[in-house]
Amino acid sequence: MALPLILIITLLVVYPAGYAIHLSTLNKSMERFVGFGNFEFLFGRETFWMVVKQSVIFAVTAVIFKAFIGFVVAHFVHNIPSKGQRKWRGMLLVPWVIPPAMSTLAWLWLFDPSYSAFNWLLAKFGVAAIPWTGETDWARFSVILVNIWIGAPFFMIMYLAALKSVPDQLFEAASIDGANWWQRIWYITLPMMRNIISITVLFSLIVTFANFDIVRVLTSGGPVDTTHVFATWAFKVGIEGGDIPLGATVSLFMVPILGVAAVMILRDINKRGVEA
Amino acid sequence: MSEAISSLHKLNYGSMSRDRKRALWWSYFFLIVFAIFFLTPPIYMMVTSLKTSAEISAATSPWIVQSPTFQNYVGLLTDSVFLRFFRNSALVSAIVVIITMLVSVLAAFALARMKFWGSATLATGVFLTYLIPETLLFIPLFKMFAWIKETFDVQLINQWWVLILLYPTLTVPFCTWIMIGYFSSIPKELDEAALIDGATWFQTLTRIFIPVAIPGIIAATIFAFTVSWAQFLYPLAFTTSAEELVLPVGIISTLIKGDVFNWGQIMAGALLGAAPPLIIYAFLMDYYIAGLTAGATKG
Repeated sequence: MALPLILIITLLVVYPAGYAIHLSTLNKSMERFVGFGNFEFLFGRETFWMVVKQSVIFAVTAVIFKAFIGFVVAHFVHNIPSKGQRKWRGMLLVPWVIPPAMSTLAWLWLFDPSYSAFNWLLAKFGVAAIPWTGETDWARFSVILVNIWIGAPFFMIMYLAALKSVPDQLFEAASIDGANWWQRIWYITLPMMRNIISITVLFSLIVTFANFDIVRVLTSGGPVDTTHVFATWAFKVGIEGGDIPLGATVSLFMVPILGVAAVMILRDINKRGVEA
Repeated sequence: MSEAISSLHKLNYGSMSRDRKRALWWSYFFLIVFAIFFLTPPIYMMVTSLKTSAEISAATSPWIVQSPTFQNYVGLLTDSVFLRFFRNSALVSAIVVIITMLVSVLAAFALARMKFWGSATLATGVFLTYLIPETLLFIPLFKMFAWIKETFDVQLINQWWVLILLYPTLTVPFCTWIMIGYFSSIPKELDEAALIDGATWFQTLTRIFIPVAIPGIIAATIFAFTVSWAQFLYPLAFTTSAEELVLPVGIISTLIKGDVFNWGQIMAGALLGAAPPLIIYAFLMDYYIAGLTAGATKG
């Protein structure tokens, strides 16, 4: 009965993943074995190192802010009377429900060079127009901002569920002992939520590293390739540029980073599990 | 003395409730700030979609609609190309949901109850598969399809139905994972009782497991639908001609024509594309959240 599952996984996931490794050792026309030729070629290219750097900045910054905003918002929702919580939660989750490609279009329009609604507001306050997607630093900021916007609600919902499972007695005991709000967060909430924080951060790192939609729709990697992450650059090189082996090589660089993140955080959870 | 103590009590009570009131006030204040941040893009989509092109390019406030019009929506809903995108998206998502649920319910049943060689490894493997991003797989898949074309003369690239083959790779592992969780929580005594009464494995599945795990099935179905509806990379890589496109790619590649951005229509299209998941979310919020957060997943 598990046969269809095994077939799907083997034919469409495991085999292509292995095939990607094989592809990465071929030359552009896929006729000749070149060993690590594609890797050597990439290591010698400035664009490649820029993509590595940008992918890391993109994923790490976005995940930190998503986790932080999610944590803060979850606390605020948890603070208000439980009658209104459902309504607020429902509203705050909307970014996560809209398909990313569609909501990124809204951001693209908000960032439009000549009709940007943000710039219109800024102009009201006498601030000069910001080239949201036109200049490297601003474009990098913009793609990260959109990623935070889409991902933060997910953290919020996970942390809200975790907060609900922290027994109230712990906080009451801490209040009696005279702990202030910061001590309550640092000594009770964070330790109680450690596992859920590790897991959400791990998954979010993986998904954010492999992100494609946001960068593709918002900047297509521009200006001059400076906002490309691995996935969008692999698409550009492999599908649009027609160099499938090189594209496969680029996408393979996601594997070690994701593997390291997974091993690190999973080990951390196991260790904490033993201590507790 | 006792008066002093009671007044002290009062004082403490007063300051505590004042503290709490202040905390509540700040909570609402920041919630409103975050709600503005989270809701600005969808609201702006709606505002723009109600404007004419002339009003969009006029120098008036971009945030306010002067003369609302539904012409963008009417234009799209009477446009055969756009309806074709909608049809493709709906067909692909519906078929993928059916395939996903059949495959994952059967597999989860086997993995949760029948202990066979490698079943534990397979369960872990299913979850690890879920961690492999589609951005790693699209290039080798592209090459595999080219090879199939050469060898069997079956053209897979640029056909909308090829997405039905691809999307299950995104939905099946996770749905199987959800269903294993639900099935494992069903007490063994229940299916043992059924077996003693002479039920076959299939009857146990359809008469006991599926009815008991209905919430899980709804959650998994919603997950599969949302993922198929929102998928962007595979259709972008594997389909190109207008009649084969699904909604997200269709809106982005056909409505954005060069430099002439018809933003009113683009925003109307994007909202229509976002509507099905939003409607499901509005009516089945708890299942929706359960499905997409089970086992801590994407974001």
